Amino acid sequence: MKKIYVGQLEELAPRMGKEVIVGQQKIAVFRLSDDRVKAIENVCPHKQGPLAEGTVSGDYVFCPLHDYKINLDDGQVQEPDEGCVRAYETIVEDDLVYIVV
Amino acid sequence: MKEKLVLIGNGMAGVRTIEEILDRVPERYQITIIGEENYPNYNRIMLSNVLQKKMTVSEIITNPLEWYEENQIELINHDPAVQMDTTNKKITTQSGKEISYDKCILATGSRAFILPVEGAKLPGVVGFRTIDDTENMLEAAQKYQKAVVIGGGLLGLEAAKGLLDQGMDVTVVHLEKWLMETQLDEKAGKMLQADLEKQGLKFLMEKATQKILGENRVTGLAFSDGTTIETDMVVMSIGIRSETTLAKTTAIEVNRGIVVDDFMKTNIPDVFAVGECAEHNGNVYGLVAPLFEQGKVLADVLTDREAKPYQGSTTFTSLKVSGCDLYSAGTIKETEGINSIEAFDGLNYTYKKIFVRDNQVIGVVLYGDTSEGNRYYNILKKNESIEDYTPVSLLHMVGEEASADVSEWPDDEVICGCNGIDKKTIMTAINEKDLTSVADVTKHTKAGGSCGKCKSVIGDVLAYALGGEVVSAPTGICACTDLTRDQIVTQIYAKKLTSSEEVYRELDFTNPEGCPKCRPAINFYLNVAWPKEHEDEKESRYVNERLYANIQNDGTFSVIPRMRGGKTNPQQLLLIAKVAEKYDVPMVKVTGSQRIGLYGVKKEDLPKIWEELDMKAAGAYAKAVRSVKTCVGANFCRFGTQDSMGLGIKLEQRYEFIDTPHKFKMGVSACPRSCVESGVKDFGIIGVENGFQIYVGGNGGTEVKEAVLLTTVETEQEVIDICGAMLQYYRETGIYAERTAPWIERMGFEVVKEVLLNAEKRQELLAALDEAVAGRRGNPWDEVVEDHKTQQELYTVGRV
Repeated sequence: MKKIYVGQLEELAPRMGKEVIVGQQKIAVFRLSDDRVKAIENVCPHKQGPLAEGTVSGDYVFCPLHDYKINLDDGQVQEPDEGCVRAYETIVEDDLVYIVV
Repeated sequence: MKEKLVLIGNGMAGVRTIEEILDRVPERYQITIIGEENYPNYNRIMLSNVLQKKMTVSEIITNPLEWYEENQIELINHDPAVQMDTTNKKITTQSGKEISYDKCILATGSRAFILPVEGAKLPGVVGFRTIDDTENMLEAAQKYQKAVVIGGGLLGLEAAKGLLDQGMDVTVVHLEKWLMETQLDEKAGKMLQADLEKQGLKFLMEKATQKILGENRVTGLAFSDGTTIETDMVVMSIGIRSETTLAKTTAIEVNRGIVVDDFMKTNIPDVFAVGECAEHNGNVYGLVAPLFEQGKVLADVLTDREAKPYQGSTTFTSLKVSGCDLYSAGTIKETEGINSIEAFDGLNYTYKKIFVRDNQVIGVVLYGDTSEGNRYYNILKKNESIEDYTPVSLLHMVGEEASADVSEWPDDEVICGCNGIDKKTIMTAINEKDLTSVADVTKHTKAGGSCGKCKSVIGDVLAYALGGEVVSAPTGICACTDLTRDQIVTQIYAKKLTSSEEVYRELDFTNPEGCPKCRPAINFYLNVAWPKEHEDEKESRYVNERLYANIQNDGTFSVIPRMRGGKTNPQQLLLIAKVAEKYDVPMVKVTGSQRIGLYGVKKEDLPKIWEELDMKAAGAYAKAVRSVKTCVGANFCRFGTQDSMGLGIKLEQRYEFIDTPHKFKMGVSACPRSCVESGVKDFGIIGVENGFQIYVGGNGGTEVKEAVLLTTVETEQEVIDICGAMLQYYRETGIYAERTAPWIERMGFEVVKEVLLNAEKRQELLAALDEAVAGRRGNPWDEVVEDHKTQQELYTVGRV
């Protein structure tokens, strides 16, 4: 497990995702309305939609391609659809954002 | 190789069978569906609601085109199958496509039976089976006064009520002594007639139509007793006949319908039939529940499961006319060995009749109060003995009678008769999936998804399951609220709510941050209501509008530069070519609206490309005024009467980058040949010798709608002003994501016309538009190119 620096908190726009590529992994990073930061795999299990471009509501993101609703905590696709994406642990220290990969 | 399954008939029975198959084994077949109508599968039962304007066409679509795509089903629509070769297993469509199959399902449904009398083919004589029929009737209702509906059955009465609601003078002609004689006894039939007469319908009973009168169009009917009636339109609604034309060209056995066994197999191997076209044990069913039961059996057969043989269905009927609640199920004729129990309540004008044979209920008719319909239907289906029931009970204290309380119903009580869903299935779904609305229950179990009559009972079950909280049928703009667009907008003004956050909080949305449906809608309503106070919320916009580019299926984007009126020049073309080469753009294509699109662009390249192109965005990504299509017009064309290109460019320049509830497309043609198809534009112009005809509310997309002539004006300035007034009126009153066609339908064409043609109102709207969009109409691409913070936030990808 590695802690990887992604950027400053203020560089992330609230409720608008950002894609970060770590090695081969595409990761979508989100700053929620209460400034918590979440990170999940940036590939929807349905048709590989870029989740970073989705609509963020509370702790969920809706895939921009076909509206799959995904929990940002555990990467679980919500009913009635099925599937899951990898969720990553995030750390915010002194307004610096890290993902654990 | 997957086996090829071909479904002929894109209707309720066939598509439901496919859904059942996909539910069982999603990947088993390569599926093709061939359909005659130009719509995806829709809920035919709801056509009478469309006619009564309680629902729109888009609301009755049950399987949108995306459903076909998502399930990788090839849809050959608007192209009926005309030949079938069961030896070589091949089907040919009208346009000449040949499709081979391994297994074939015939679900060709039925047609309205047209009386074989003289004049039956005259214009103005219609059936009532399809969306097109419904739209024809609605259109005729605008133009004509009098209508006659032949046939006082279920569909005939629903059609008659719909036409009455559209302001027509409607007479129902019926051959029998009372209405709906196969479902109702005489007493209930007469009660129904009395109620419908109170609503304004007229009836001619026991009349046989002999001839339809008229030369170029229907003008009246002549009856066998020598009497006549005048009319401008005739709706034939005497019954349906299985559509078996295709089957009859083959060796498939056809009787009244296509003959099938208990497993929906025809006499030809690998050919099956379901629905209204199929005949099982001498019965052809025209109601939804049996079709769905058949679909389940066939899906089991086609996925090699052990199928329970189909054994025919007990049918039930209800009428979708408000103020006339009735319910009928089973056998309702008193012949030998069948007795009945009946109760008439003259105080409340309700009537119940139960038909009994050998101590078992075999039929039921209810009029005026149908709340017990489900209860009787369950007693009937389970063949319960009625020994334990009190047959008649008068004036007992309230509460002593059998309960209508769902909590006391047994688990196997059928709640949704159309789909055969019982109480237990619904309770389990509610508990396991945390469902909280009727819409959720329908989504997960299909209960309530067909005729919709059981929605209130589903609400009761939901209330019971959730501990007594009352849940009403949803009316809200999305699952986050029960409020409608009008209620929300009224509150936005009344409470002066100027941010989404306030709207969600003050109006008690269940989800404090909304969903992809309501977020952009609320943002739009706020932008229109408070153009100065409300700051546009990028995070609430869909990605296309947030990034000013359309997202593609692989996550790349398209870049479509503006070429006003579709006019370009060599310099622009050179620039576009240069950029396309430099950035390795995988696809360059001329778009549907006379622009050039660069497709497959990486997000990070967008700002650079925009900068180098140095052109404006065409706005193809937005719910907004789109580009204006034009023909070459009087400058070059020998038929052109006006400078269509010039006017198109002026319109585009004047109104580009203005947000609207849904996309707003325009076209300007210079003569009635209408090369830019002005007749299917939201705002379409056709140049004529003495001026410009303005057409509004057309749509060439999912739901094709012909635009309606609003007016003819003499000058370009009038065209431009009316366009602006329409834009603002649409912005102020439209529901987000509602195209102009349904908007005009909802508002009423006459209302829209009156507003737009009133000089004073037009000026007010124009002034309001200019004020609302002041300072908001810059080229968004330039704004991004100049704003490094936005570029950093939205157009970069981090790499570690």
